[in-house]
Amino acid sequence: MMGSDPGEHRELLAALLGPAGPELTCEECFEQLDRYVDRELVHGGADADGALPGMRAHLAGCPACREDHESLRELVRTRDSR
Amino acid sequence: MLRSPAAGSVPRVASERVTIPAAAARLDPDSRRWVEELAGVGRAHDDAVARLHALLLRAARFEVSRRRAGLSHLRGGDHDDLAQESAADALVSVLEKLDDFRGESRFTTWAYKFALYEAAVNLRRRAWQDRELPIEPDSWQQLASRLASPAEHAMETELLEAVQRAIGEALSEHQREVLVATTLNGVPIDVLAERLNTSRGALYKTLHDARRKLRGRLADAGFDLAGTGGGQ
Repeated sequence: MMGSDPGEHRELLAALLGPAGPELTCEECFEQLDRYVDRELVHGGADADGALPGMRAHLAGCPACREDHESLRELVRTRDSR
Repeated sequence: MLRSPAAGSVPRVASERVTIPAAAARLDPDSRRWVEELAGVGRAHDDAVARLHALLLRAARFEVSRRRAGLSHLRGGDHDDLAQESAADALVSVLEKLDDFRGESRFTTWAYKFALYEAAVNLRRRAWQDRELPIEPDSWQQLASRLASPAEHAMETELLEAVQRAIGEALSEHQREVLVATTLNGVPIDVLAERLNTSRGALYKTLHDARRKLRGRLADAGFDLAGTGGGQ
């Protein structure tokens, strides 16, 4: 159950209404996820978003793809730092 | 117990590959080596498959370890069985899709995503196994009351009441069911897709269409929705 924290209100609304702009599908997201993560880690998030418009919006709207993205980014970052 | 190959063994896979993807010519040296050896035959191919399996198993174990806290009902040995099963499935996927690798990322990053995906799907499936899904088709009707202090949050309350009305008036029964289960009740979309005998992509399309209807209805009612959805 949500409390009175404004951040929780925003999260609830974001979950219900989803991203406003165009977004990739789950299939397109999976197809491009490795490219997006490598670009994020090498060139930064802005470069990745420029190369793959609609990816960030989909990650905001789809919790399962967001988990996949977080895991891949963390794994690659960890492996690269060794 | 989950099915899995014997610990440390490499699942048997067909080794019929003889064509090297055209993209191999422009790959970084490490990725090119992976692709050429996996696409080849003989000892180099077998060694590459074994190295790939080890890499995928590390990725699957990484994912299981990250999500271990939500798997308290699993016994210790089940965690590694789940990682082994995920790595074996990912190995088959990577070899089947090798021709699709275009070198737009490093080969290892591309391969990792298959193991992480298989592990994440298996983990979510296990976490919800034998559980009733809290679809609760009517729970959206108490949406506005989720605010603990409605008087202190008049604007948020007004917007949530409008969302609540729009859910009831603008969405189909199926759209309501998917929206409520995935956004209010925390059911993973791939778990719901499996129970409804559909795909994650198809269900996300339903969710996307439902959200677009809600946004349209709220915009028509004069609400400013700027900054409400993330990802901008």
